[in-house]
Amino acid sequence: MKQKTEKTGSEWLRQGFRAGIPICLGYFAVAIALGINCRNAGMSALQSGVMSVFMLASAGEFAAVTLLSTGAGALEMIVTTIIVNLRYLLMGAALSQKVSSRERLIHRFGMSYCITDELFGLCASVEGKVSPWYAYGAAIIAAAGWTGGTVLGVVIGSVLPHFIVDALSVSLYGMFLAVIIPAARKTRAIALIVVISMAASLAMSEMPVLKDISSGFRIIILTIVIAGAAAIVRPVDEPDTESEVD
Amino acid sequence: MKASYVWPSLLLMILVIYSVRMLPMVLLRRNITNRFIRSFLYYVPYVTLSVMTFPAIIRATDDIRCGFAALAAGLVTAWVFQDLFIVALSCCAAVLLTGFIF
Repeated sequence: MKQKTEKTGSEWLRQGFRAGIPICLGYFAVAIALGINCRNAGMSALQSGVMSVFMLASAGEFAAVTLLSTGAGALEMIVTTIIVNLRYLLMGAALSQKVSSRERLIHRFGMSYCITDELFGLCASVEGKVSPWYAYGAAIIAAAGWTGGTVLGVVIGSVLPHFIVDALSVSLYGMFLAVIIPAARKTRAIALIVVISMAASLAMSEMPVLKDISSGFRIIILTIVIAGAAAIVRPVDEPDTESEVD
Repeated sequence: MKASYVWPSLLLMILVIYSVRMLPMVLLRRNITNRFIRSFLYYVPYVTLSVMTFPAIIRATDDIRCGFAALAAGLVTAWVFQDLFIVALSCCAAVLLTGFIF
């Protein structure tokens, strides 16, 4: 059926497993912090685990726990979930261009699950089109670490001393840095964008009036403005446009 | 928390977050040829993650100096090793170590 001379599905899958291991470890550490939050909010290990398996989102799940603990209503849940995770919409749009048009539709549904900051970063770093099996391999490993860490956090949360919990709370940001800094090192335009974005983010969180904007909205506004400006000033011609030979 | 509140809420949020990811993947099946949109999408993750990281990282810990240490450790290790696990762990280690000092 497939007459590709490229890598086979199982090769991609194995490669995805390997690429997913560091993500799994990073997720595990962050998820413990998440699990502690779940526990403090009064969620059971099962509820927390189910949430992590199916949502597979860092900031999104921290927001979800806050919503649950404040007894939010359905509308607030829908709106907040959309805003906090809107970057996944943009990442999904970007990833949609990395999937070969020869792949079956079902894989687009499957790969949608695999959109997290780090997994997306991984798929984006693949040269040319990315195989769904690569995304699945990495996602399975990463989700195992994320879910395992969450459940463990719920179970052992109360045992951990405060200074450990404090230290774990920054691991999430470490993961983000591990995605953006290597790209900034390679491409000067991205380095500049990282600096501008961080400066703008600081400014918006400190300035009167602007600081009252919720962090979810701040992320969306700055993303649209800065990525939009960058696209005008420094448009990219990605070399990975697939040459469709029919 | 009541289970009768948590489970339907979780289901709702799971459906919403999946839709956010799935809609562009399924709707945008053709190659986008518009150079602006392609460039925009290329830059999106870097802007989003930068905005989410700073200044949140320095405010995540009890002592802001520990947060700065985590940021410094993360920047250096991400630059040198480019490995997610090492970077995340270094940030935690920086907070632990400076937490003992300050």
